[in-house]
Amino acid sequence: MERTRRELLPGVFLTYIGTDKFKTSILSLHLLTGLDRQTAAQNALLPGVLRRGTVASPDLTALAARLDGMYGAHIEPSVRKLGEIQAVGFAADFVDGACLPPGEEPLEDMTALLGELLLAPNTRGGLLLPQYVESEREKLLHQIRALVNDRAAYAQSRLLRLMCPGEAYAVDALGDEETARAIGYVALTRHYRALLAASPIEIFYCGSAPADRVAAALTDALAALPRGELDLDIGTDVRLNTVEEGPRTFAERMDVEQGKLVLGYRLGEAMEEPDMAALRVMNALLGGGGAAYVNSRLFVNVRERMSLCYYVHSALDVMKGLMIVNSGIDPADYDKTKDEIDCQVWAVKEGAFTDEELRTARMGVSADLLTLTDQPDRLESFWLEQNLLGLDYGPEELAALAEDVTRADVMKAAAGIACDAVYFLSGGREEEDEEN
Amino acid sequence: MKRTDYPALGMAAYTSTLPNGLAVCVVPKPGWRKCRASFVTNYGGADRRFVLDGRRYDTPAGVAHYLEHKMFDMPDGSVDGIFAGRGADSNAYTSYAVTSYHFTCAGQFEENLRTLLRFVSTPYFTGQTVEKERGIIAQEIVEGEDDPSWAVYQDCLKLLFGGHPLGSDVVGTVASIQDVTPEILAACHRAFYVPANMALCVAGDVDPEAVERAALEALPGDRAAAPARDYGPDPGVEPVEKSRRRTMEVSVPLFCAGAKLGPAAKGPEALRERLTAELAMRCLWGKSAPAYLELYEKGLLNDSFFFELDHAAGQSFLILSGESDRPEAVLSQLTAAVERPIDPAFFLRQKKAVYGGFIRMLDDFFELTESMADGCFAGFDLFETPGVLDGITCADVSAWAAEHLAAGRFALSIICPKEEQA
Repeated sequence: MERTRRELLPGVFLTYIGTDKFKTSILSLHLLTGLDRQTAAQNALLPGVLRRGTVASPDLTALAARLDGMYGAHIEPSVRKLGEIQAVGFAADFVDGACLPPGEEPLEDMTALLGELLLAPNTRGGLLLPQYVESEREKLLHQIRALVNDRAAYAQSRLLRLMCPGEAYAVDALGDEETARAIGYVALTRHYRALLAASPIEIFYCGSAPADRVAAALTDALAALPRGELDLDIGTDVRLNTVEEGPRTFAERMDVEQGKLVLGYRLGEAMEEPDMAALRVMNALLGGGGAAYVNSRLFVNVRERMSLCYYVHSALDVMKGLMIVNSGIDPADYDKTKDEIDCQVWAVKEGAFTDEELRTARMGVSADLLTLTDQPDRLESFWLEQNLLGLDYGPEELAALAEDVTRADVMKAAAGIACDAVYFLSGGREEEDEEN
Repeated sequence: MKRTDYPALGMAAYTSTLPNGLAVCVVPKPGWRKCRASFVTNYGGADRRFVLDGRRYDTPAGVAHYLEHKMFDMPDGSVDGIFAGRGADSNAYTSYAVTSYHFTCAGQFEENLRTLLRFVSTPYFTGQTVEKERGIIAQEIVEGEDDPSWAVYQDCLKLLFGGHPLGSDVVGTVASIQDVTPEILAACHRAFYVPANMALCVAGDVDPEAVERAALEALPGDRAAAPARDYGPDPGVEPVEKSRRRTMEVSVPLFCAGAKLGPAAKGPEALRERLTAELAMRCLWGKSAPAYLELYEKGLLNDSFFFELDHAAGQSFLILSGESDRPEAVLSQLTAAVERPIDPAFFLRQKKAVYGGFIRMLDDFFELTESMADGCFAGFDLFETPGVLDGITCADVSAWAAEHLAAGRFALSIICPKEEQA
C-alpha cells in the first residue's frame, strides 16, 4: 500500500492510499470546525441540505440517476465528533475502476459530484432553497430525538452531557433540538459560506487510481473553493482531573426492562504525553472490543464469572482523554456491577493481571490494527484521527508498538484513571419514584 | 478441490463436497491480511420440530440460539480464550435459517480453523453450564424486547406467520428458554450438526487444499443426513393478521411492513428468484425509486427506511421498515408503486447498481462467507450472479412484483410514542 499526504489547496489535505487489493474505492471529505453548541446543529444540517441538489443535478431524482449510473455508487452526508472537533462533509464509496470496463471508471465522475455537492448547491437568489433546508431540518430534529430509540447510545450521550457540563465535549455531533429548531435558510447560507472559507479540509481516498490522477481530479473539482482566513487553532481541550473529588452519580428513568449503567473516567496524567499503543493495550485488557475481548477483565469477571450483565465493554476517546464503560444490567444488580467494574479498573491500575492476559491484549490490539488495513472505511477513520492528532505512523507501525507494550507501560497508562461520573438509566415510573 | 475461475470478477473459487457431505467453499484473497472462516449449520430458530431415532421432538422456542451459546464450552474450558490468545476474533449468530460460527484472524489461520471445526463438532453440555447461561440469555431476550426496532420487526413476523415457527422470536422468550435442558441441546446437536447439513466457507490469503484437509481430519467421516423438519401446515401467502399498533418509549413511530412470498425456490432458480426480487424491490422502493423519493421529499420517510428479503423454513418473505409519522399512508403509497410501469432506462440503471453492489460485496468477508453458505444450502453458485442478473428483464421484474406484492398481502406493525396513545 502506497500512502501519501499532500496539501492540494491552502488548508486542504489529501491522504491517499493506493492499492489494487479492493474492489471498492472510497473517497471522503471533511470540513473541520470546533465543536460548539451554538453552531453544531447548523454544521450537522449542512451536508444533508447540500446533498439534496446541485446546479447540474437539482434534485434527489437527478442525483440518484447519476449515482446508479456509476454502478450504484453512494455518497452520503457525514457528521462526526472527534474529540472536540466536528467534522462534516461527505463519504463516498464506489466500484473500483480496475473492476470495470475501460471508460466506465467512476473516479472523475465521483470527484466532480463531490465538488458540486460542496460548492455548487441548488440555490435561488444565492440562498439555499428554503424547502430543502426545512425538510432536512425536520429530519435532523427527528434524528436528534431518535437517539432515545437506541438505549445504549442514549445512555452514553446522557452521561457525557452530565459529566462534562462546561466542556465542548458535552455537545452531541448533531447538536441539540433547541438550536436545530431555530435554523433558517438565510442564516444557514451565511454559515455555509463562512464554514467553507474558514475550515481546514481533510480528504481521504483509498483505491487503485494513481495518486497524481486523484489529486488532479480533486484539485479540479475544488477549484472554486473559497479560502479565507483558516481556523487553524481548532482542537480538543483535555481535562486531566475529575470535576469533583469523587464520581458524581446520575440516575434517570425510562420504561425499559434492562438497566443501562455507564461509567465515565478521565484518563488523567497519561494524556500529558499519550502512549497510544499502551493506552490501546490497557483498554483491551480491561474490556475493549476486538479479538481480546473474551479474555478481558470486564468480560471474564463481570459477565462470565458473576453473570451480572449481558454486555459490558470499555472504549477510549484518546482525543479527549476519556474512557467510557457501558453495560446492560438487571437493575437489581446496580451496586454489585458498579463495584465490580471499579474493582477491575483498579486491578488494571495495580498491575493485578496475568502475563497471559497481557499477551492476549497485545495480540488482540495488534490483530485488530492489522486487519484494519483490509477495510477501507476503517482505514479512513484511523487516518482522520491520526491526522487530527498530528501523528503520522500507520496501523502496522502501531501494531508493532502494541506488541512491545509491557506491564509497566500498561500500569503507567492506567495510573491516572479516575471515575468522574456514573449514569444509570432504568425502568419504573416517575410517580413510583416520588412515592419512595 | 474444484477450481472455478470468474475472470469478469477477477477471482477464483475452490469448492468440494467431502465424503461426509460437508460443503467446502474457499475464495482466495491474495495480499489480504485478514482471513475469515464460517462454519455454518443449516439449522436455525425456525427448525423446532423433527423426528430423531424414532422419537418426536418439539423443542422450545430459542433452542438453536441457546445451543449456539453453549457450543463454546468444551470439556477443557471455554474456547473463546483459545481464539483470543491467537489474536483471533470469534463469534456466532443464530437466524431463523442457520447457526453460523466464525472467526476472523490475521495469523495462525490453520490452528484457528482446527479449533473452529473441533468446538462446533464437540457437544459438551452439563446441567451446571446450561443453567448458568439461562440468566445471560434472558438478559439478551429482555434487551431485544426493549429495543423498539427489534420489537417492531418481531411484531410484523408475528402478524405474518402467527403460530408458525417464523412467528416466534429466534431467541425465544424468557419463559420458553426455561425448558431448555442439556438433553434437548444434545439431541439438536446430534440431529443438525452433521457434516452433510453444514458448510465451511473461507475467504482470505489461504491454501484451499489446507482447508479441505483440516475438515477431513477434524470431522467424522460417515455421512448422515439431518432429519426432516416439520414446520406444520403451509403458512400460505396471506398474513395471519393485518395490523398491530402498540406504544413504547420512542421519539417517532416505527413501522415494519412485511409480505410472505411463498415457498422459496431451490437450486439455480433460487439465485434468479432472489435477484429478481432484489431488482423489483430496488425499482419500487430503492433510494432512487420515484415512490421513495416522493415520500422522502414530503418528509414521510427518512434515511432509516430499508427493505430486505429473507428465507427460512422453506419460505421467502420480505420486510419494509423505517420511521414515519404516517405509516399507513407510507405503506399504501409503497404498495401502489407496484401498479406503475417501470421506466426501461431506470431499470437498466438499477441493474447496473445491483451489479456494483455485488462486486463490492466481494470485499466484505462477512457478507461473502455467509452468502456462500447460503448458496451451498439453497443449491446455487453465488458467483454466477452477474450472468443471471444480466438475463433478468424489466418484464420479469414487473411480473414478479404483480404476482407477489398486491396490497392485501402486507401486514403492518407500528410502535408509537407513548403520548400518542393517551
